Formats: sequence, structure tokens, C-alpha cells
Amino acid sequence: MIPQASMITSADLTAVLPELIISVGACLLLLVDLVLPKPARDWLAYLSLVILAAAGAATLQLATAQAEAFGGLFILDPYSSYFKLLLYLATGLTILLSIRYIQIERIHLGEYYAFLLFSTSGLMMMVSSGDLITIFLGLELASVSLYILAGLNRHELRPIEASAKYFVLGSLSAAIFLYGMSLLFGATGTTHLSTAAAALAHGQGDPVLVMAMIFLLVGFGFKVAVVPFHMWTPDVYEGAPTSVTAYMSVAVKAATFAVFLRVFLEVFGSIKPQWTGWLIGLSVATMVLGNLAAIVQQNIKRMLAYSSIAHAGYAMIGLIVGGELGTMSLMLYMAIYVLMNLGAFGVVILMRRAGVMGEQISDLSGLAKEHPAAALAMLIFMFSLAGIPPTAGFVAKFYLFMAAVDAGLVWLAVAGVLLSAVSAYYYLRVVMVMYMKEPAGPIELAWSPSAVAALVIVVAATVIIGLYPAPLVGYTQDAILHLSNLR
Amino acid sequence: MVPLSYYVILSAIVFVIGLAGVLIRRNIVIILLSIELMLNAANINFVAFSHYAETIVGQVFVFFVMTVAAAEVTVGLAIVIALYRRRATLNVEELTLLKW
Repeated sequence: MIPQASMITSADLTAVLPELIISVGACLLLLVDLVLPKPARDWLAYLSLVILAAAGAATLQLATAQAEAFGGLFILDPYSSYFKLLLYLATGLTILLSIRYIQIERIHLGEYYAFLLFSTSGLMMMVSSGDLITIFLGLELASVSLYILAGLNRHELRPIEASAKYFVLGSLSAAIFLYGMSLLFGATGTTHLSTAAAALAHGQGDPVLVMAMIFLLVGFGFKVAVVPFHMWTPDVYEGAPTSVTAYMSVAVKAATFAVFLRVFLEVFGSIKPQWTGWLIGLSVATMVLGNLAAIVQQNIKRMLAYSSIAHAGYAMIGLIVGGELGTMSLMLYMAIYVLMNLGAFGVVILMRRAGVMGEQISDLSGLAKEHPAAALAMLIFMFSLAGIPPTAGFVAKFYLFMAAVDAGLVWLAVAGVLLSAVSAYYYLRVVMVMYMKEPAGPIELAWSPSAVAALVIVVAATVIIGLYPAPLVGYTQDAILHLSNLR
Repeated sequence: MVPLSYYVILSAIVFVIGLAGVLIRRNIVIILLSIELMLNAANINFVAFSHYAETIVGQVFVFFVMTVAAAEVTVGLAIVIALYRRRATLNVEELTLLKW
């Protein structure tokens, strides 16, 4: 509900301080870009890292805070702070990986960093939203920025095609999503999530409500790329600049899952039996199709696109289980997925040199002989994505499947495990190509200090979380203590 | 007074026309227009429900939607222009460089 006398208090502004820092910082980047001489553009990257660090410090200050701001439009709770920290991590690592890459791609523009931050602020608003209006605004701010980023290299054929496809399917999904919101508003008379949840607490099987739920499900399905709403993903992931693909595949997915969970478990929690069947169907279809289609891919970006579709299918298990265990395992899964997927794309980014795309899986032949460190990093990410212990990916899948078994969905957990075994085939094929094939010629990697730093962070995190997951697990458990109406 | 169901049916018809346009038409500009129709179908719903529920929230939402739609269409047209310059086509069926 929007307050009658909309006075903005200082408490409201404190609650949105991280978002303010990011969005004002993004505007600042655009201005600094105008006065900065061209060779000094690297500083924009460092400046954006400083902005992210400042927002991170603000979020850490607010990490345990629990408040509603702007009359309930905006929710500040440990759950949203957790996802915001994850978003800073994803954005910061993306920027570190980008600095050299975007010079090679010749899209080294100030706008690149500004739009990354705009998109991050949109995603942050989404994870903190307590109202349909803020969900829609955050989603669109993030999406519109990403349409631009995907096509930033507008003189090339593939990026602009990817951008056009992303735009058409993205705005189609936004329109479907909005229609669902309008029906939900009709069924409840409010756009405020917790008021809507209260209004629905006793309502049963209202057809308008079911329609609203289906439309919202389709909208979310497009954004997190679950089958059958996944068809844009491989094309866009392949065509967009690799750094943007890396960002899209982790940040958008994590933030959308955060709000997906909030809407479905809080608002539609009372009619959960009606939607679990749909979600189980989507989840199984996504795991099957994602994993099977990944097997036949020759382009590593496309393979990772299908793998990210499959991971969306696994993550949906957390949503289906719901409750504390499901929520916690989904949060854990997203954090670990962000790390390992960014790492895998990071190695692909290193493969791009002037004049060499380096996107085919065969391009990785003999990488272990030429660059053992890069090959070892890729091996760790592939093991982790496949869920092989002792990497973090195993921990993520373990908690997720355990939650499914705990909720009595043993066969869903079995399906997940079996399809993970299928996924090992295509992940390990990359490892095989790197370690057992002879290099076709000398491989030069586009090393840069920042990319090395990013990869070291990601490798260390993947291994450490795999060996000692207790702190992260404890953090996710603390973060959901205050979530209301969790079902 | 016009019953609420009239508005909801109108909005459903507009939405379906928009969706059909996106799925059937091959020109990317027409697809853009169809998406706008879908957004406006949602707007009709918001205003109608808002009027009958006697709350202002839905009408406020419509202003946000219109603003966002304007921003989205600006970016969309920019992408379409870049696409046309590079490919000299607006037909989505000819965008086959990235295979489905």
C-alpha cells in the first residue's frame, strides 16, 4: 500500500543506501567517462569496484537489519542483504574479468561499466522489493541495461542479433509478467506482497488467482531460463560478449530466483499444492533438456548456456521444497553457482585473443600442456559444476537433494542425481580435451592481473566452500530466520 | 455503470491480439508494437481493477508501466536500427546466425 502522505524519512533513505550508492555511482561513471582521456579508461573499472565496495560496506552495516521502507515498497531483511552481497561479488568479479577482454572486443567504453552497475541496482531493487511495482521496475531496469550490454558491440553480426533476440523475448516475458501482476492485483486489490498474501490466506482456487499465478510463473520462467521458456538462452549467451554472458548467467539468475521464491512462497504460499505440480514438471523438463542438449554442443558458450539451464532446473527443487530447508538450500546453491559459473566463463574469457574467438571446445585442446594453471582452474570449475566432491558444487547439490528427500520428494532427488551424472559427461569432456589432446598450435591466453585475481578468488572459494561449507551454510540459515510466512 | 467484466474481457482480447502478433508476425517493428499492446492490456486491467476496488494504487502502477514502456521501446528501436544497418533486414526469420 502506498502511504497517503508520502513523507520520505531518513530511515527510508538509510534502508536504500546501497541502491543509492550503486545508481548514483553509475551516473557518476557516465560523467567521469566524458572527462577522462581515452587511455585512462581502466580507471573507470577501478572506480566501479570502489563503488561496489562502498555499497558492500553499506550492506554489511545493514546485514542484520529488518525494516520496511517507503510504505512497504522496499523490504530490507537479511535475506535480501545476502543476495545483494552475492550480486556485488558477481558484478565485481565480472568487472575484474572484463578489463582486458573488452579491450580485445573493442567495446572498452565507459557505458559498459555504467550499465553493469545500473543492471546491478535493478537486480538489487528486485531482491528487496515488497511490492509488485518495485519488482517490475527492478526487473525492467536490469533487463533494459542488459539488452544494451548484449549488443554493445554493435558493429559485429552476432552481438546485435543476440541483443535483438534478447530484447524481443525479454520484453515479451515482461509483458506476460505484467499481465500476471495485473490479475493478481485484481484478485487481491493490492500490489503489496504481504497484504496480498494475507488476502489470499483463505482464498481457494479462485480462477483469476490461478491465471495470475500461471502468468507470473511464465514471466519468472523466462528470466531464469527454465524449459520451455529457455529458447532465447543459448542464442543470447553465445552471441553476447562473454563477460556480459557471465554476468547474465549468474547475477540475473540469482536475483530472479530470490524474488521468485519470495513471491511464490509468501504470496502464493497458501495455494502451494496447486503450483508444486507445475514446478516439478518444469524442473524435471529443465534438467532433462538442459543436460541432454548440452552434450551435443561444440561451442563452449552454448554448452555453458545449456548447463545454466540445467542448473536452473536443479535450483527449482529448492523452491518446490520450500520452507526453511528449501529456501536455505536454494540460497546456498545460488551462491556456489555464481562462483563456479563465473569461473568457467572466466577461463573462456581468457581464451579470447585479438583475431581468435576461442569459443569452440576443441580450441581448448592441450591447454594443460601450454597453461597448466588455467587448465587446472577450468578442471575445478567443471568438477564443481558436475557436482563432484570435494568441490563446492557437491555441497550445493547435496543440500538441495537432501531437502528434496526430506520433503518426501525422493524420486525428484533421484532424477536430479541421475541427470547430474549425465552432466558429468559433457563437463568431463572439456577436461578430457584439455588434458588428453595435443595442442593444435601454441595457445596464447589473454592474461591480465585483474583476471588472474578474479580467477584466484573464484578457485579458492570453490575449493574452500567444498571442503568447509559450515560458515556459508550457517550464514544462509541466519539469513532466513526473519522471513515471514515461509511455507 | 459499465460492469468490470467488460474491461477484463477487453483487456484479455487486447492481450491475445498482442501475443498473436508477437508469435505470427515476422517484422521486428510489428513485434515491438504487439508487445506494447500486451503492456497496454495489463494497463487496462490495472485501471479497471483500481477503479472497482476504490484504490489509487493500480493507477499509480500504470504511470510506472508507461514510463518503463517508453524506456524499453527507446532501447528496442535503437537495437532495431543497429540491426538494420548491419543486416539490412527486419525479418526475424533471417536472424539465423545463432542457431536455435
